[in-house]
Amino acid sequence: MHTQGRDRTALTQPADEMSKSERPNPLFRNLNAKVASIPMILTAGVVFVGGTLWTVLYSFTNSKLLPRLNFVGLDQYYRLWVTPRWLISIENLLIYGAISLVFSLVIGFLLAALLDQKIRFEDTFRTIFLYPFALSFIVTGLVWQWLLNPDFGIQHVVRGLGWESFSFDPLYNSSIVIYGISIAALWQGTGLIMCLMLAGLRGIDEDIWKAARVDGIPMWKTYLFIIIPMMRPVFITTLVIIASGIVKVYDLVVAQTSGGPGIASEVPAKYVYDYMFFAQNLGQGFAASTMMLLSVVIVIVPWAYLEFGRRK
Amino acid sequence: MSMANTNAPTIAASQDNAGPYGPKPRRVFSRRNIFLYGTLFVIAAYYLLPLYVMVVTSLKGMPEIRLGNIFSPPLEITFEPWVKAWSTACTGLNCDGLSRGFWNSVRITVPSVLLSIAIASVNGYALANWRFKGADTFFVILIVGAFIPYQVMIYPIVIILREIGLYGSLSGLVIVHSIFGMPILTLLFRNYFSSMPEELFRAARVDGAGFWGIFLRIMLPMSLPIFVVAIILQVTGIWNDFLFGVVYTRPDTYPMTVQLNNIVNSVQGVKEYNVNMAATILTGLVPLIVYFISGKLFVRGIAAGAVKG
Repeated sequence: MHTQGRDRTALTQPADEMSKSERPNPLFRNLNAKVASIPMILTAGVVFVGGTLWTVLYSFTNSKLLPRLNFVGLDQYYRLWVTPRWLISIENLLIYGAISLVFSLVIGFLLAALLDQKIRFEDTFRTIFLYPFALSFIVTGLVWQWLLNPDFGIQHVVRGLGWESFSFDPLYNSSIVIYGISIAALWQGTGLIMCLMLAGLRGIDEDIWKAARVDGIPMWKTYLFIIIPMMRPVFITTLVIIASGIVKVYDLVVAQTSGGPGIASEVPAKYVYDYMFFAQNLGQGFAASTMMLLSVVIVIVPWAYLEFGRRK
Repeated sequence: MSMANTNAPTIAASQDNAGPYGPKPRRVFSRRNIFLYGTLFVIAAYYLLPLYVMVVTSLKGMPEIRLGNIFSPPLEITFEPWVKAWSTACTGLNCDGLSRGFWNSVRITVPSVLLSIAIASVNGYALANWRFKGADTFFVILIVGAFIPYQVMIYPIVIILREIGLYGSLSGLVIVHSIFGMPILTLLFRNYFSSMPEELFRAARVDGAGFWGIFLRIMLPMSLPIFVVAIILQVTGIWNDFLFGVVYTRPDTYPMTVQLNNIVNSVQGVKEYNVNMAATILTGLVPLIVYFISGKLFVRGIAAGAVKG
């Protein structure tokens, strides 16, 4: 045991490790790799695990301006779920989430299927569909704020064409504002989904298509009943990517509407930020962020169980 | 022989489809092609429209914007909005335009990209070739942690940065970017180094090369593509960040995205839409340039980076 440890260390660092290996200590074996992993260990242990536990713990306190360990049980959660702003945030998140999921998948898949028809200029089209993804949510939000501006944007132009009663002002109408935000989100994000789907389509054996053609199955039926079921792993990955993006929606809302009109387009991430850094009500912020964590756990755990649990 | 009496476009089309399996030759202007390309052009126009409107608006004067419509090209091209957005637009008390935010973003992005990639590449290499007991546990935590909403960890990091005296400084933000870039980058590098032939590593060990020797002289030169992918991923990701910028910096060190949002969404003063759009393009320019130059590598990067969620 003694010599073995010494040998391995010696092989790793012939010169300067020799003196250390006089006293064999398993901690020093493979020392360089351990040193190289210190940032990872700190990030995983202190920030990810420690930070998460800290936030959850302090969500049970009545911390205001500064975090204090003055436990009040579930008070913060109780207050959270009777605050209209939080309820609107959750409702918005659900609508935004449903729209993102359905339309990203459908549009992303249709675009990928169109590009997969052995067309010319495929690279050009792909570049055009994907470029919004390179832009930040702030830039996306501000462009669409301008396009949807009722006094200058699309509504103004259509009215100028003679259709005087035309009305399209999603960002200024509190009952549909979240749909206006979704338009911008879809413009920005569908390119990515298209790329993932296209990679999935390219992974499908050409023989499947030949066989379907020989059997005289129409193209849409081949897609619906043969290709899509075969792309199950791609769809699941895409679903996880879209879902984890939904919970994080923040910048887009800040840029497009700042939560307005009134509080009509608030989202949970913004609620957390505002309560932590503006309202000086840390406890509420922690409780809200813990709810966000819970929603992610509810999505991720069943997926992880299905994906990884089944294999064992 | 039968080809001889058909017209030219048909020949071109049939040659494209030449192969043992192709269906009968199609005409270029078949109903299918008109439908296919028509749809693609309409969708492409939709995707390009916001970019077009941005550029057109930024080149108009305010009177023209008030009178005209947003889709019409400028009658008189003026670059004044661009100059104003860059050097004199106001955010709060500062009236030195977006240039301040631009240089802040540069000073944030460059060290963050270098630091995060340096840490993650060495770490990925250690995980792939020098595994020690417990390494995989931390790696799994790291990957799972990538799915935790940032909001859960924002405040603990504020406290940590305050303790070490970096809260509000650019170095603090660099550390934050390195932390949150770590899961995806480490995964990227670990998978890449794991796919390299094991014999290479063994041979180097036998020849007496150590941890750093193998990394610097064998692994690094062989993994340039993955470094390019990582750089693309990080440059666009960090440049586009808003949340960390707004939480961990002060007004005079705000990155470009935060400053842009403050310029455009400020409630004071008359709205100058042309200046706003010029500022918006300026902010989007860096990631757009990276995107158009990098092409296929960008796609590879985001396919990997998408896991980041």
